[in-house]
Amino acid sequence: MSPLSYIVVSVIVFSLGLIGVMVRRNALVLFMCVELMLNASNLALVTFSRLHNNIDGQVLAFFVMVVAAAEVVVGLAIIISIFRSRHSVSVDDASVLRY
Amino acid sequence: MIGTGETVAFWVLAPVAILAALGVICLRKAVHSALMLAVVMLCLAGMYFAQHAPFLAVVQVVVYTGAVMMLFLFVVMLVGVDRREPAQGRNRAQTVAGVATGLGFAGLLLGLVSRASLTLPDLSVTSPDPGLTSQGHVRALARELFAHYLFAFEVTSALLITAGLGAMVLTHRQHRPARRSQRQRSEQRLRDYAQQGSHPGMLPPPGVFATANGVDVPALLPDGSVAPTSVSRTLQIRHEGVGRYEGVALPAGPSEPTEEVSS
Repeated sequence: MSPLSYIVVSVIVFSLGLIGVMVRRNALVLFMCVELMLNASNLALVTFSRLHNNIDGQVLAFFVMVVAAAEVVVGLAIIISIFRSRHSVSVDDASVLRY
Repeated sequence: MIGTGETVAFWVLAPVAILAALGVICLRKAVHSALMLAVVMLCLAGMYFAQHAPFLAVVQVVVYTGAVMMLFLFVVMLVGVDRREPAQGRNRAQTVAGVATGLGFAGLLLGLVSRASLTLPDLSVTSPDPGLTSQGHVRALARELFAHYLFAFEVTSALLITAGLGAMVLTHRQHRPARRSQRQRSEQRLRDYAQQGSHPGMLPPPGVFATANGVDVPALLPDGSVAPTSVSRTLQIRHEGVGRYEGVALPAGPSEPTEEVSS
């Protein structure tokens, strides 16, 4: 087994998150799938850091975690405010923003 | 290059992580997806430990499975645990296209990885970075973070403050019209009773059968029928209350007819 196995796991988890984002309708589950993709990219970064014998990848993964935390806070606040006005968390219902 | 322990840990953690990720996108209820996501994050934390990144593993557990998942579960609770996706809005062609795109993307990336593996540097001849051995790891990470990435680190603090403020602004709500006091609501109830004859007192509590004992068991009226108002509205929305006993010939308890006579 080589460290590339971690990359393979990361690719699979990332693709599952991608499928989830495209298939699911619930905005909350959509967000969870985005988190899944961010986590998969973090795993890839940590593995690259190990492969290249360089700690920069771990610093980058750390920053990804910080940005993901901020993104979750704002995104969930948006979901809450949409839910209050529409009583729905389906992304198909929140389409009036276009007009 | 990779020890036996890490190989075993990988083959335990990787299938669990992939199955849980599959669960996130397949399970119907948002709560179950959130719990599966927590499993994925814990597995990834274990993988970070295995790859000599103990600081990131701890941060992963604290920030992701601690803070972020708690936030997710709070929001799931706010918008309703039972909320399922509407089935009629689902477009089958779109689902198929989404899955096909995801699989194609995975195939693309896996092909890339298999190509890239041909040009891997041989790490066995070079000495490992001191930051990537377990002793000096946190120190090396801190040196990197506060020496080379200091400005980015400070910017993230501004980002976090902005995110907190944004969340407060977005979820702030003024009560309009103003929230009614207990006295006003009580007077409204009695006014409704005088004008429309609605019941002013408390609703009947849920009942207890010989076979079940819980809030989802409706109370029985004196004639043996089900009292619909005795089950919480939340349970009625979840179709776990009154509906379960609809059409079932309910045996009239021995005490109810006598109560009817006495009252």
